[in-house]
Amino acid sequence: MTNSWTDIRNTDLVVVMGGNAAEAHPCGFKWVTEAKAHRGAKLIVVDPRFTRTASVADFYAPIRQGSDIAFLLGLIRYCIENDKVQWEYTKAFTNASFIVKEGFGYADGLFSGYDEEKRDYDRTSWDYEIGEDGYARVDPTLQHPRCVWNLLRQHVSVYTPEMVERICGTPKAKFLKIAEMVAECSSPTRTMTSMYALGWTQHSHGAQNIRGMAMLQLILGNIGVRGGGMNALRGHSNIQGLTDLGLMSHLLTGYLNMPTEKEPDLATYMASRQFKPLRPGQTSYWQNYSKFFVSFMKAMWGDAARAENGWAYDYLPKLDVPSYDVLRMFELMNHGKVNGYLCQGFNPVLAFPNRGKVVAGLSKLKFLVTMDPLETETARFWENHGAFNDVNTASIQTEVFQLPTRCFAEDQGSLTNSGRWLQWFWPGGTAPGEARPDTWIMAQIFLRMRELYRKEGGAFPDPILNLSWEYHDPNEPEPEELAKEINGRALTDLTDPNDPSKVIVAAGKQVLNFTQLRDDGSTMCGCWIYSGCFNEAGNNMARRDNSDPDQTGTHPNWTWAWPLNRRTLYNRASADLNGKPWDPSRKIIEWDGTRWTGYDVPDIGVTAKPGEVMPFIMNQEGVSRLFTRGMMRDGPFPAHMEPFESPIANVMNPRMRGNPVARLFESDLAQFGTSEEFPFAATSYRLTEHFHYWTKHNRVNAALQPEFFVEISEELAALRQITPGGWVRVWSKRGSVKAKAVVTKRIRPLICDGKTVHVVGIPLHWGFTGSAKKGFGPNSLTPFVGDANIETPEYKAFLVNIEPSSAPGVTS
Amino acid sequence: MSDSPRTAVSNPPTQPMASNFGERDLVRRSATEDLPPPERQLTPVAKLIDVSKCIGCKACQSACVEWNDTTPAIGENTGVYENPHDLTENMFTLMRFTEWVNPETDNLEWLIRKDGCMHCADPGCLKACPAPGAIVQYTNGIVDFIHENCIGCGYCIKGCPFNIPRISKADHRSYKCTLCSDRVAVGQGPACAKACPTQAIVFGTKEDMKQHAAGRIADLKSRGFANAGLYDPPGVGGTHVMYVLHHADKPQIYANLPENPRISPLVQSWKGVTKYVGLAAMGMMAVGSIVHGVFARPNRVSREDEENAEKLVEGKPVPPPGEHA
Amino acid sequence: MVERVQPGDAVHPGKPVTVNRYGAGARLNHWITATSLILLALSGLALFTPSLYFLTALFGGGQNTRAFHPWIGVVLFLSFFIFFFQLWKANLPEKVDIVWLSRIRDVIGGREERLPELGKYNAGQKFIFWAMTGLILLLIVSGVAIWEAYFAAYVSIPMRRVAVLAHSVAAVLIICVFILHVYAAFWTRGTLRAMTRGTVTGGWAWRHHRKWLRDLAGQRKTGPAE
Repeated sequence: MTNSWTDIRNTDLVVVMGGNAAEAHPCGFKWVTEAKAHRGAKLIVVDPRFTRTASVADFYAPIRQGSDIAFLLGLIRYCIENDKVQWEYTKAFTNASFIVKEGFGYADGLFSGYDEEKRDYDRTSWDYEIGEDGYARVDPTLQHPRCVWNLLRQHVSVYTPEMVERICGTPKAKFLKIAEMVAECSSPTRTMTSMYALGWTQHSHGAQNIRGMAMLQLILGNIGVRGGGMNALRGHSNIQGLTDLGLMSHLLTGYLNMPTEKEPDLATYMASRQFKPLRPGQTSYWQNYSKFFVSFMKAMWGDAARAENGWAYDYLPKLDVPSYDVLRMFELMNHGKVNGYLCQGFNPVLAFPNRGKVVAGLSKLKFLVTMDPLETETARFWENHGAFNDVNTASIQTEVFQLPTRCFAEDQGSLTNSGRWLQWFWPGGTAPGEARPDTWIMAQIFLRMRELYRKEGGAFPDPILNLSWEYHDPNEPEPEELAKEINGRALTDLTDPNDPSKVIVAAGKQVLNFTQLRDDGSTMCGCWIYSGCFNEAGNNMARRDNSDPDQTGTHPNWTWAWPLNRRTLYNRASADLNGKPWDPSRKIIEWDGTRWTGYDVPDIGVTAKPGEVMPFIMNQEGVSRLFTRGMMRDGPFPAHMEPFESPIANVMNPRMRGNPVARLFESDLAQFGTSEEFPFAATSYRLTEHFHYWTKHNRVNAALQPEFFVEISEELAALRQITPGGWVRVWSKRGSVKAKAVVTKRIRPLICDGKTVHVVGIPLHWGFTGSAKKGFGPNSLTPFVGDANIETPEYKAFLVNIEPSSAPGVTS
Repeated sequence: MSDSPRTAVSNPPTQPMASNFGERDLVRRSATEDLPPPERQLTPVAKLIDVSKCIGCKACQSACVEWNDTTPAIGENTGVYENPHDLTENMFTLMRFTEWVNPETDNLEWLIRKDGCMHCADPGCLKACPAPGAIVQYTNGIVDFIHENCIGCGYCIKGCPFNIPRISKADHRSYKCTLCSDRVAVGQGPACAKACPTQAIVFGTKEDMKQHAAGRIADLKSRGFANAGLYDPPGVGGTHVMYVLHHADKPQIYANLPENPRISPLVQSWKGVTKYVGLAAMGMMAVGSIVHGVFARPNRVSREDEENAEKLVEGKPVPPPGEHA
Repeated sequence: MVERVQPGDAVHPGKPVTVNRYGAGARLNHWITATSLILLALSGLALFTPSLYFLTALFGGGQNTRAFHPWIGVVLFLSFFIFFFQLWKANLPEKVDIVWLSRIRDVIGGREERLPELGKYNAGQKFIFWAMTGLILLLIVSGVAIWEAYFAAYVSIPMRRVAVLAHSVAAVLIICVFILHVYAAFWTRGTLRAMTRGTVTGGWAWRHHRKWLRDLAGQRKTGPAE
């Protein structure tokens, strides 16, 4: 989220697209009802299904899953054509005026530089023209034919309402009604918020879906303002924390990058991270990269990280591929190249696509360790449960260690919510049986491994032997200790650069926040963006003051938000070039002549003059990007791409399948189905009654939604002679499931490119453990392909077939 | 207003407190004719369910199960979202989902109504109940089932115009929403209202709830729901659970919410005229018999009758048939 | 046609003459029915009006009263209908019943001599018989409809409301009929022994059911003198 949950109440228009907030985030959705009740805000829902969110919406329009980019570019086109642009904002705060290199182009659904063999783009033409002064060239009049604005205008021109209807199946009249409502928010005193979730991310072009809406929000002037923003609703209470803390193979903490093989030493690694400003006077905050990186290395290896050894740079693994994401790991398991798996708080047998492939991979492991408070399907993947898990137990040699952990309610620590708030929590109960905290388990594994390395040596024991492990009880690091380590502290006295006699932070004290971090080895910090969460003022995450001066929704003293307790990112953009709020009734900060003041922590140097330093301080340009240069693999603008399994061909280029640069493994290619064999467009989703695969263990939740079902339209039911409440078989190229049929008016067939598209909805909460009735998950059916940029699996759009059937035969 | 909480949102008191209403606050008690008048008048409370804000998440159902410690069975899917499929002795409240195509706009509307006891001002269940003290009504309007007095006859079901009470097959007692009388008595709102994420369920004094509803109705009217309104049916004297409906002119589209609920005339006459006339009839019959017994001589067989019978059996002449004096 | 003499009816010469009126089976049935009816009336009245709720104490409380009542009803229904099939032919109406009824004042006044000669049953007894039959049928049907524990799922609530009203009206009527029946049996001295010993005296038969006695005597259905 750029904003926070509580800020949503400040909005005038909520667009829920690529998500189902009422269903999947009912508690956060209260802020939508607040906005509706107290501001008269309107709610728009665009979804293949008439969802629970749609049930309280002011306007609903259907859309074919996977076609959101066309819809969003259609909205951008509408705003441009009808002059519904927040011009002052767009001109000053976006890169609309930046001139793009000659050679950049887009034709037949592809950008310049495409290499079909490599399934990749040569992205060198996707960049600005750099002037002799080293800065990007701009044309503030927006007249230059290759300025970003004109390229954008040309790029979206094809997405007429007719084209949107043709691709998305959204009736033109409904699209235009939404376009009209959205366009009103180009007024500086009207804001729109975008609430999205996995309905946008779980596509092979997921990141580009989000780009589409972000660009629309930028030209409407809705980023950085109260009641605006791009608000990703996270699917778990701490999934934001997962990415923040770098639990992805290509990231270190705080979105620092894991080095690659092409960066064998620190100098090379840092060389590409200079982040020189692309416009005069801009901040380009990533210039501080080395301070964060060195402090991180000191947190990891303490005294073993020294200037002479490049702060132990050699200890870091170097990626030989872009990432070892879960899809790749399971691919490698299937090739016998991954032999052991520590599976902590994760249930890939239900959570990862193409379950057959997941189970085959697990079956080839030497060992599997699961750490979970619940009995997961993954821990029991080897157990035969009849039709629900039809494996040959005797043929599986994997040794499984099932380690029970405490659940969140039995532990303490912090959870990072969608709004980047780090909220400390305390145990509400005592863990049963042999359940242990995850930190204890990890410490035990580490201490034993370190002992083995100490005794037996090994190829390169140093990173393990030297790992910093300064905890009160090495057997079980305490959550507070870890939080303090994440916040960072001074290792030697930190003195004022202007007055070396003045000590700012004494050695051993917690740093105030990341502005005190240094790259000379005098500070350590586990995760720079979290720095400030637990400083000398105490555990700021444990703060529970819910006061909210002037009811702005800021709640500055409730827990702590990264970065620097800032609640709205880019909040400098809530004020105009002179520092005056676009909408005085929705002020966040303003320039009082000498400094920025207001309700929130300014997202700019507090004395940085408006008009000189632009609001998007993390970007080298100082402004936001309508054109992302070469930063995304699949294009500097979003462009319509079909899912890999689509009921219709890409109208821009019928030869193009899915995202042209998404990574495909050889074995999965053969497992894509066609619309001839699998005529129906399926999608997967959550239901309010459950949380993933956890709550089926709870009798109350299980009673509220006891049994696996699929949802289809009355028309599809008639077509396939399916009776409501009867059994159906649903199958894809990769697997087959049996479910009860919910026949509903909430799903209607769509007409896309002249073809009737029937939608099959498949919720994801059932498996073969727990209290609820045994069932299946959609992952038995979904394709093994991810987003081109981040490898989030394509769960939201795939092809299936459906027929009436009998109940699944249970032999166990 | 110390006797009633005004909202379910505020945090509950953290200090233990004595129950602030009980036996002395009864305004009605089933099968009890000589109920002493209540010692005081509590402020009437109400739960307001704003159907237009409800997202059908079932948090209310879940909270209800948790608070009342019931154990609803894990059923099966029958092609609908309602689970369990009906109110049960273990499920006092139920989201009912209706897919309704508005004939005026041709738009689908997914109407989700939280079903449960309406806490009628004139409760049919209480009227029908034969067990003294099994159903009570407090002066704040809450209609409560006192399970230790319940005999499981099911008369409350016949009395209820909303089809709410359910008899447990296990303990043969009747169950329904209590409006969390045990929570309200210690200054908290009902569990469902506390759990509702969108504040579609709010709780407070009935007056406040009506005012709150008026604001919601104005908002709905501004969004094109010309017939938005409050459901507080007068046929049962008004209810202490009220709905804000977008289509208040058509309550029956919300999973058959009765348009004009009232206690069935059959139940009225059973508990009214039948009882009095019946008792009178039986009484008169008994009294008539006694009076006759006292004033009329017993109908005795005479010596002559016996002789005639003996003669008849012995074949001697007796008075012929049909010849009576 | 009315069955004028029923199997088991017989006269025995002697002083006084004795007449077999009810066999052992019939008497057993009668008393089962009678006991059931009394228990049903007590338990039913307890649930009918709060002022009689104390009667539930006889059954061990309200829950037991609620639980026992319908089962007793089943017992009554079964016993009564065995009884019914033994008696119904003798209770068919005849012309003489109209005459008897038209002189009801003489009946109440005990002026038997002003009434026509009657068969085994007079119109009053027949009324009680048919009223019991009809009301018990109504009670069992309506009772099953409101038998919460087993049949709630099969009967709609509006139907249950009709049933509960019908059940209580029928119950009131059957209690009235019951009072009439019991009082008549007491008032008409010599009647009770028909249901205890199974026999009546010849004089009783002569006085109240002379045609029946004549039929028995005429058919020489005489047993050996005792």
